[in-house]
Amino acid sequence: MSNLMSGARMLLECLVREGVDCFFGYPGGVTLPFYDAMYDHHIRHVLVRHEENACFAAEGYARATGKVGVCCATSGPGATNLITGLVDSMMDSIPIVALTGQVPTKLIGSDAFQEADTFGITRSCTKHNFMVKTLADLPQIVHEAFYIASSGRPGPVLVDVPKDVFQAQGHYTPVTNIHLPGYKVFTEGHTGQIKRAAQMIWDAERPWVYAGGGIIAAGASAELRELAETADLPVVCTLMGLGGLSAGHPNFVSMPGMHGSFAANMGMSNCDVMIALGVRFDDRVTGRLSAFAPHAKVIHVDIDPAEIGKNRVPDLPIVGDLKRVLERLNKVLAEATPERKARHAADRKAWWTQVRAWKQEHPLAPTYSDTEIKPQHLMAEIDRLSGGQAIVCSDVGQHQMWAAQLVRFNEPRLWINSGGLGAMGFGLPAAIGAQFARPDKLVFAVVGDGGFQMSIPELSTIASHGLPVKIVVVNNGYLGMIRQWQELFYNNRLSAAELDCFPDAEKLAGAYGFKGRTIDKPHELAPALEAAVEEPGPYLLNVKVSPYENVYPMIPAGAAVHEMVMGPPEPVPVAT
Amino acid sequence: MLQIISLLLENKPGALMRVTGVLTARGYNIETLTVARTLDPELSRMTIVVDVDPALRAQVIKQMNKLVNVLQAVDLTDSRAVVRDLVLVRVRATLEQRTAILKEAEIFGARVIDSSTEGFALEATDDPEKLDEFIQVMRTYGDIEVIRSGALAMSLEAKKLRLQPPVPAGRARREENAPIEVSEEN
Repeated sequence: MSNLMSGARMLLECLVREGVDCFFGYPGGVTLPFYDAMYDHHIRHVLVRHEENACFAAEGYARATGKVGVCCATSGPGATNLITGLVDSMMDSIPIVALTGQVPTKLIGSDAFQEADTFGITRSCTKHNFMVKTLADLPQIVHEAFYIASSGRPGPVLVDVPKDVFQAQGHYTPVTNIHLPGYKVFTEGHTGQIKRAAQMIWDAERPWVYAGGGIIAAGASAELRELAETADLPVVCTLMGLGGLSAGHPNFVSMPGMHGSFAANMGMSNCDVMIALGVRFDDRVTGRLSAFAPHAKVIHVDIDPAEIGKNRVPDLPIVGDLKRVLERLNKVLAEATPERKARHAADRKAWWTQVRAWKQEHPLAPTYSDTEIKPQHLMAEIDRLSGGQAIVCSDVGQHQMWAAQLVRFNEPRLWINSGGLGAMGFGLPAAIGAQFARPDKLVFAVVGDGGFQMSIPELSTIASHGLPVKIVVVNNGYLGMIRQWQELFYNNRLSAAELDCFPDAEKLAGAYGFKGRTIDKPHELAPALEAAVEEPGPYLLNVKVSPYENVYPMIPAGAAVHEMVMGPPEPVPVAT
Repeated sequence: MLQIISLLLENKPGALMRVTGVLTARGYNIETLTVARTLDPELSRMTIVVDVDPALRAQVIKQMNKLVNVLQAVDLTDSRAVVRDLVLVRVRATLEQRTAILKEAEIFGARVIDSSTEGFALEATDDPEKLDEFIQVMRTYGDIEVIRSGALAMSLEAKKLRLQPPVPAGRARREENAPIEVSEEN
């Protein structure tokens, strides 16, 4: 099977073979041949309004489905605009293939118009990157890119294609195999280590599961649930792991970390065996590392050997795919004799009593006011309308933490946020990608007034496709997390934290041809959100919330987990 | 403490940059780096000597092994390995010094590669510490010019090289072993 076609067309054929049905991009001079080939091809290209958002939308698509997200940009400025999204997907291990145009091979290195050293610039912000020098290499490279992006620990892969490679004609023969002799993917996990893990779990008096984004990436939710039920383990899910175990599951505690719950963090501090699954012992979870989980023996399962021992040296490392490892671990656990299972029954019962007591002592519960809308109240309403089923794409900051604390997710791939990089402007474009990926789902873009204003251009993309995304702006008139830190750690000197001008939501949405509204009264909240959800098209709901609300609990940066602050300190007067 | 890393990597554009990137991203300064093709022209062997915090040595090796182009990265710092460095030295010599310099060169096993009325050009190959001594000795004869190759290291133990087998191209084929299809439009 072989036929003559252009490099641009060949690239589209490869995308089809990789199962790509939709991708996000922005054209430019050197990608014109590629866009020309798209003109009469069935693959759906979504024109965004800024390349950064093409990558964020591709991430939203990938995070909502587990499939590889694809974005496309031209050379020079197009490629450099992708960088934030690439780093973001690198940090959160999201499978992305970024296609960039490059100036013709003869001009590379000549400082040609719109030339940038994309290959060099993106080396450190991709899992791997390629430059296609000749058409003959193109199909092979594209398939290698998809394989690398989606296998092992997922991540972004960039393919830089010079204009003349798009234009060249060649005979296309589908690639059957790819060979990357140095690319190691560890899947199975060591049998002996898995058996030892099972022993450690049965021998534990106060076991604790610390589950992260790896559970989502591996599609190991069912296996995690089975593990929790088989050995009756309390489970916390990190910011990246929310939905990994259903929030409605009795074994689910909540989220640990800087703004995690009291119970989650107390459990982390007091457990004797910590089962760390697909996590990286991030500083936002561990607080001061030297004081983290001081009594725990750690079992660390991860597909990336470089994560083992990076921050916390585990007592029992297992390198492998979480789905496979947990399947086998569950089997070994289930085979244990009843005597073995019962050996620490009394301790386990006491442990669960303690965990439940912590949950009751300081529950993560919304706060309400009669006069102003508390952001926590807003999250509780979103939670009510979602019923654990909606996709919630958040931006970065206070609202992200409130949403993570209070909106419950009953499935994986519903909670979409920029966890590792904390890239503002992520929420809205990610919601676009998620809605394209899951047209059947209710998708909320829960964004702050800061991040929303970084992504306003994408209202145009939403309007142009009539995407029924529900944009909820958690508007406190401040860069809330900045204000919170300035209040707590910088003597309340609010430097560049105030966002004093916000567009009229009704007029703004109206300018794009859809509905919008601003509310600021608590009694308006439920009906306004319901109206937004019932609207068949997009909706912009600007919710003015209490401007001075802070996120608690909080572990100050550099503090130990047990030094958690449960609520606001005495008020400090605003500096004049 | 200096760490000696030996890498076997694919001879591809950007491979060198990826390896050094693992070090520069962590702020480490490379002391020496040598790279050349192996018997298989598609592969290169690289030796890097770098000052790495001992606690992070294993992490650096893991990060290098993660690179797609790297077939194998090993830490030879504490294992049985032979390390060699080459130095070229140009030393000015007065008539009275010439015999003494030649004698010293002989002690260090250095070879004369050029001799003129000005002095000598010498070449020596040895482990890096020995060459440091050689250079110290030569400096006693006045201003010298020195060029070193950087360390080459070879393990004296057999290290198992695990190469990955080919995988099917295309998502559908990887997931279901489905037949290859070219889309039929146009």
